[in-house]
Amino acid sequence: MPTAAVMRALALLLMMTASTIAQTSRPLLRWGGDAEGGAPFVEADAADPSVVRGFDVEIAAMIARGLGREPRFVQVTWASIAQSVERGDFEIGLSGIEDRAELRAQHALTIPYFEFREVLAVRASDRDRFRTLADLAGRRVATLGSTKAYDILEREGARTGLVPISYDDDVHPYSDLVGGRVDAVLLDHVIAERSLKRMGGFVIQPEPVAVGHYVGVLARADSALRDSADAILRARMRDGSLEKTFRAWGVWDSTQAAFLRRSASSVATRDSARPAPTPAASSALTYVPALLRAAGITLALSCLAMALAVGLGIAVAAGRVYGPPIVQGALAIYVEVMRGTPVLLQLFVLYYGLSSVVRLPAFIAAVLGLGLNYAAYESEIYRSALEAIPRSQLEAARTLGLSEFQILRLIRGPQALRLALAPMTNDFVALLKDSSLVSVITVVELTKQTAIYATNVGSWVVPGIICAIMYMAMSLPLSRAARRMERRWSAA
Amino acid sequence: MSASLVIRGLEVMRAERAVLRGVDLTVGPGEICALMGLSGSGKSTILRSVAALLGFSAGTITVGDFALRPGPVPRESALKGLRSTVGMVFQAHSLFEHLTALENVTLAPVHAFGWTAERARGVAMELLAELGVAARSGAYPRELSGGEAQRVAIARALAPGPLMLLMDEPTSALDPARRGALGETLRELAGHGRGLLIATHDVEFVEAYATRVAVLSEGVVVEEGLPSAVLNQPSHDATRALLHGPKAPPPAPATPAIRIHGKEH
Repeated sequence: MPTAAVMRALALLLMMTASTIAQTSRPLLRWGGDAEGGAPFVEADAADPSVVRGFDVEIAAMIARGLGREPRFVQVTWASIAQSVERGDFEIGLSGIEDRAELRAQHALTIPYFEFREVLAVRASDRDRFRTLADLAGRRVATLGSTKAYDILEREGARTGLVPISYDDDVHPYSDLVGGRVDAVLLDHVIAERSLKRMGGFVIQPEPVAVGHYVGVLARADSALRDSADAILRARMRDGSLEKTFRAWGVWDSTQAAFLRRSASSVATRDSARPAPTPAASSALTYVPALLRAAGITLALSCLAMALAVGLGIAVAAGRVYGPPIVQGALAIYVEVMRGTPVLLQLFVLYYGLSSVVRLPAFIAAVLGLGLNYAAYESEIYRSALEAIPRSQLEAARTLGLSEFQILRLIRGPQALRLALAPMTNDFVALLKDSSLVSVITVVELTKQTAIYATNVGSWVVPGIICAIMYMAMSLPLSRAARRMERRWSAA
Repeated sequence: MSASLVIRGLEVMRAERAVLRGVDLTVGPGEICALMGLSGSGKSTILRSVAALLGFSAGTITVGDFALRPGPVPRESALKGLRSTVGMVFQAHSLFEHLTALENVTLAPVHAFGWTAERARGVAMELLAELGVAARSGAYPRELSGGEAQRVAIARALAPGPLMLLMDEPTSALDPARRGALGETLRELAGHGRGLLIATHDVEFVEAYATRVAVLSEGVVVEEGLPSAVLNQPSHDATRALLHGPKAPPPAPATPAIRIHGKEH
């Protein structure tokens, strides 16, 4: 047995050495992408998730080959690709990354290699009603957060009252369109056509809202590698390799041919087009109103969820203390299920899982999800507080002719609430922070807004500090108020 | 108005053990009846049965025209007649900690008996004044001394106007001066036609203020009469043990551990 283990360890060591030698003989080009984006961009093999396919995968391979390197895929969340390349997790990010001014200001971008159209998807019945963004004033329009499409919707929203809804993935905008939660989706035509093929139930308006380009993103200091990549991309445009790849993935059309001809012949127009980086201070100021609004949403969401948690928690605790055994059992199961499963999962089930039964608006679902989850914790606090009230007080109340319910309402409950105050405040502060989870169901609260801001400016430092200050500004007065209340009750 | 408390053949079982084994006791209007006995003899059990905090297995308890029958404790809604005629003052005064003295007294009249807040307040202030704690009406229980808290608890029990008052060890937390004041108060209450049933260990207090004493042992009343007679010429071992400590061996093997100065629950 020990010999076998030693042999195995030796074999492993040998393999590792061999692969290191292979690596040194042919250097790696680490490239980052998000396989959650799926085909035709980057799609993981179902059997072996380390194997990826897609046109971005093939472009990465072309660039690596041109550099004499071996491509190595690094999985990274789509919204974090630019941040990740800047901190050196990989050399180049390729995953349907849009050419945006903010990105160009912060990182080194390759020449565009694909032209996409921002297209509007609407339900078939709305085909004639919602032709352009202007028709969607006051309506809910979904898209992916931190994208060009989101910027367009924000601008349109400020002008016409259109309501932009930000998603973390590109599947749910379309399912919510079909389900009626939103009235339109604005996204890349590649994504729109893919969703149309997969689920159907909507139409794509022929007139594009805007045109954009996909680029590779590199660290700002890596402009030499970027220039090499550009040269390779131009060569592949000229020799038809890119066309072949795009054809193979079904994203080739006549506009693409014209674009590639233009892009291949363009030489170094990039630097003249590059805007000067915005100074951090002024950009921080421009983001503060949006962050304040988001903080308002965080606060409103937390207060409503806590109110629900307290109300329901009291009911559950009362049921567990006073109820018949069957009620006690059912409530115990509720508490254990809610405490024993992640709140993220509960939010998903509530918002997406139940959408065929009841289509909750995102904010309501967020309040419900957090409220139902925290109710389980609150109920345990109240239950132990209820049980801490001396029996003799309850008996004295009975001899005075008060009913069970009156005793709970007038004597046991109020005293238990005082005992529960400290742990409750604790939970409220925790809830304030947990409320950031609801961005998965499209509610843009403080953390999500900060992430959008950080993606735009390409740094987490200033946004992180502003965000932290805002959270502290909300939680500190809360703790202080609770301490004051506690002091007043115990000093009286 | 007046009512008598009549207990006949009261039996209480607790975990297969007979705590009360046929208690007969009557407390009439104007009487201060002391219930004596060693710890564990069943004094508190009698009070708790009368207050319908505890069910009993046999016998009857009647207060005026309200009767309790054997079985578990009836629903609170069926006890309204009892609650308005019987008040109880607990050993540890058991005031509601989150309410002021005045609020402790007005709570039941307003919420259980539907009085207006003004009427409840008027009666409560009158009671607190009679008991000498009117000045403390705005204080919270933890701010009151033991004697003050007890008088507030008495006011609370008296507010609904009960004809019968049950008290569990009322002198246990009082110094001698306070004990005397309490005795005078009880005498006054009885003077107004109320009946008082008091569970106590306090021999001096009983001699000074009780009109009658019943000695409980092994779950039955073994001796009953005027305090001067019963306490000066005890006829039963249990009474003697109560007065002088257990010179004789414990009266029965059923209660192996006797704590003379212990408290009952």
